[in-house]
Order: sequence, then structure tokens, then C-alpha cells
Amino acid sequence: MRHDIRVAGFGGQGMLLAGLLIGKAAALYDGKEAVLTQSYGPEARGGASNADVIIDDDPIDYPLITNPDHFVPMFQEAYERYRPSLVKDGILLIESDLVRPFADEGPYRGIPATRIAEELGRRIVANVVMVGFFSGATGLISPQAGEQAIRNTLRPRLVDLNLKAFNAGYDYAKKQEAS
Amino acid sequence: MSPEERVLTGSHFLLGDHACAEGGLAAGCDFFAGYPITPSTEVAERLARRLPAVGSIFIQMEDELASMAALVGASLSGARAMSATSGPGFSLMMENIGMAVMMEAPCVVVNIQRGAPSTGLPTLVGQSDMMQARWGSHGDYEIAAYSPSSPQECFDHVIKAFNTADRWRIPVFVMADELIGHMSERVVIPPADQIPRVERKRPRHKPDDPDFLHCLAEDEDLVPPIVHAGEGYRANFDSLTHDEKGYPATFPEPHDRLVRRLVDKIRLHTDQIIEYEEIFMDDAELAVIAYGSTARSARRAINEARREGVRVGLLRLITVWPFPENKVKELSNQVKAFVVPELNLGQMSREVERFTSLPVIGVNHAGGVMMAPDPILDAIREVKKNA
Repeated sequence: MRHDIRVAGFGGQGMLLAGLLIGKAAALYDGKEAVLTQSYGPEARGGASNADVIIDDDPIDYPLITNPDHFVPMFQEAYERYRPSLVKDGILLIESDLVRPFADEGPYRGIPATRIAEELGRRIVANVVMVGFFSGATGLISPQAGEQAIRNTLRPRLVDLNLKAFNAGYDYAKKQEAS
Repeated sequence: MSPEERVLTGSHFLLGDHACAEGGLAAGCDFFAGYPITPSTEVAERLARRLPAVGSIFIQMEDELASMAALVGASLSGARAMSATSGPGFSLMMENIGMAVMMEAPCVVVNIQRGAPSTGLPTLVGQSDMMQARWGSHGDYEIAAYSPSSPQECFDHVIKAFNTADRWRIPVFVMADELIGHMSERVVIPPADQIPRVERKRPRHKPDDPDFLHCLAEDEDLVPPIVHAGEGYRANFDSLTHDEKGYPATFPEPHDRLVRRLVDKIRLHTDQIIEYEEIFMDDAELAVIAYGSTARSARRAINEARREGVRVGLLRLITVWPFPENKVKELSNQVKAFVVPELNLGQMSREVERFTSLPVIGVNHAGGVMMAPDPILDAIREVKKNA
């Protein structure tokens, strides 16, 4: 089954890396098909920026996302800009400190990813906390695949910190479910 | 990734542009000369790091005219030479692409197409250089061009391009587009000894053989063996019309003989170059012909149309040049019409029209956004209704 995932934030939050880790985990380590596209050019600098990932069991033909069924905003402007595109009953995962949902927002799940990243020592890994949360909350990538993707994407000296970030996000999702 | 390895055997999740670069490396590219331009910059960026690490040459030139000239020189010294560019740079390369044709200097140029004409849409997709690839330089000539629909094909097609270039001594283009260049997908790189490699035809004569004419095509394929600078051959390469010795012979008869041979070496052997993929064509009564990123949308559209009971198939072009004219003629006896979606206002569709008397329905957009499946599906429904 095809899943259309939009990860969005502001320039510098590492949305592309988040998309890359999700796509790579699915395509190389979970045995699925995946495509990653991103916005380019001046419109992608500053303000809202996004990475779109498609995960499917079968080869993917059309590689673009019109209406995501999974939306992961990490910043208010990104939430407001792309929220209308989410399909009805789509899955919404937010950075709960940085995104204030509309009053009429339906069910969603949130994680204070930036705060957790700061507790781990570097706020820059908030994106990877979010990837871990995505893995735990949706199951669309396995934690093993997420770990492999981190090991094979990041420079060796950054791997440990990012694995911690991924696991923190993953565990947060699981605890949320248990409570 | 260990930067010392030329062939990164294994599965990767790669950007199309990066896959083009890895295809060059795997094909044994020794020499890259280019000038970075969006959306092809990532090809140069990756090769700038990777080529020197495997002992090969990367030069950022002052512009695309010089880049193409450098490719010709490197090629004639025996290098597998490539460049990467986009529309505006491709325009600047045209004069020296003609020189590569005339000197029979094999080389590869990747064009990650963007919205055009002129500087057009630097960051957004287009497919409007298809005819330029074929006719952009002055004169009668033949080249080959591939059109990848995925990062995997970016990798594969650069390798094919090098082999076709070396086999036929022509410049070969990989006509990708921004969408494919900037999307990431799984790319499987085979072991180094499984990368197909076609070697250039080398002279049977020794360098000091006075009877050796290096521009004489002795074989039936009309391709003369190539001599490389530095091997002791006294070979003149000239962009002027030349005789079999390689010296200028600017007269009608040698001119007709040379240009005819340059054209015929490809026209008589298109069956050895042309590649395409047929999807659901067996029982098709309608044919969609598509290439590059648009072929992915076409695939979605024909799947939907099949669900609606329309017997439609897809002829996906792998080589866009030479054009598969015989296949179009053959399909004309089977289908009732052709639908040709393109991110230009009708380029390859003209070629389809040349080889069929059936209706050819273009689905066109000037570029800036990937062709969506819906307009293709609408065209299929419309044609079906009127058929």
C-alpha cells in the first residue's frame, strides 16, 4: 500500500535529512520502495520547507505527493501552509512546542522534539527525534531500519547522538501509546 | 562511503544527479570538464569530490564552450570524458558538439533539463531540449540520446551512453530532467566486473605504417578505428571537411562522402542502439509514447485506464535518439491512435507524426511542474471515445 508522507518545517531544521532517513530506511533496510522529493529554489530558502516521501510495497510510478496521508509539521508556518493538503482522517504528528493546532483540529499526536533534543545536548537533532517518533507512531519504518539509515548516512562521530535522538523519539511514541 | 572506491557496489538511496555521477565513475570516466548549472550542479559536485579520489581528473572550466572543447581533447587522448549541464549550458556546447561529431570524438553529456527557452526556470523541470539534442548543432549529423525515468536509470544510462559513444564514435547525451535529477530512489550498483563495457575500436596498423589512413572506415560498420594522442601516430583531427588521412579536403565530393558516412554509421545501425520498454502493448488498441519523468505519470495513467477497461499500452523510450521509427510504423498496424505526453509544446510527438498516418494526440505543458497523470488519462479517455 502506498503512503504519502510530508515532513515540513523551516529552513535549517533538517527536514531534508528527516525525509532522507525515512526514505532510506524504507528503501534499503525494510525492503520497500521509496521516493524522496523536495522543494528547490528560492521558495525553499527560509520560511516553510518540506520533504515528501512515498513508501510503497510496489514500485512507485508517479513520484509526487498532492495530498499526504501522513503530515509531520515541526513549525507553525509549515503546519498552516500544508495542513489543508492532508487527506481526511490523515495522520498528523506535530512538534508540540512549536506547532499550535487550529481550534478545530481533529485527532493528532505530538512530541516536544526540540526540547528532547536539547536535553540530549544538541537541539539540531530535533529532526531525528521526530523521525524516531514517526517510526514509533506509524510503524512505516522499523526502528532497525531507522538505525541502519542513521549509521549509513551520518558521519561516524555524529552517529551515537543521532541514534539516541531516534530512540528517544521512538520510545516517546511507545510510552504515549501505553499511557 | 569510502571515497577511494570507483564502483560503489551495493544498494544506495541516491539523488538522480548523484546516480549520474556514479554511473560515470562505474563506466570508467577518467575526465570531467564542466561548469555548474542548476539543476545539474549535484552531478559536478559529486564528481569534484569523487573523481580525484580515484585518480581521475575533474576540471571546472570557465564556461560550457570550453568544457565541450576539453571533452573533445580528452576523448582523443583516450579518456572516457563527460560533462553535465542544463539547457543554457547545452546551448553553449552546441558548436563543439558539432566538432565532436566531425572529429568522431566519443564523449557523454548529461543534460538535466529545466524550463526553457533561455534561462527560463532554473530550478524547475522541463523536457524542452529534446529537439536541440538532435539538431542543436549546425549540419547533418547523428547522435544518440537516452532518457532516464529514475535514479537507477540515471546510473544505467550514463554507462550505456559511454558504451554507445565509444562503439560508434559519437557524442551521446543523457537527457534527464529536473524531476528525475532531484528525486532520490534506490539505486543498485553491481560489482565492478559486471559493469558492461564496450571498448573503442583500435587501429590494426602500427604508428609508423605509411599506408595507415586514420579516418578511413575499412569495416562495414563505417566506424574508423580511433588513434589516441601520445601513442606515436601522426594523426590530424580536423573540424573542416577532411579526407581519409584527416587533412582538410574542402571540396564537394569528399564532403558528401564524409557527411554521408557520419550519418550512415548511425542510420544503418539504429537497431543496435535503440532501446525501449513496452508495457501492456500486447493487446493495446491505443499507445502512449513517453520518456523521462513523464513516463512515470504515463504509467499511472495507463494503469487507471486499464482499470476502466481501456486497452492502452505504453511505449517507454529508453533511447530517444535514434528515434524508434520502425516500432512506430509497426504499432501503426495495431493501434488506432498515439498519445504523446511531454513537458514541452510538442517535440517528440512530431517525430511520431513522421512515421504514422494515425492521429497523434499531444498532451503538453511548457514545464515548471511534472506532468500529472490526469491530463494523460483524460486524453486516453477522449481518444477511446472517438475511436
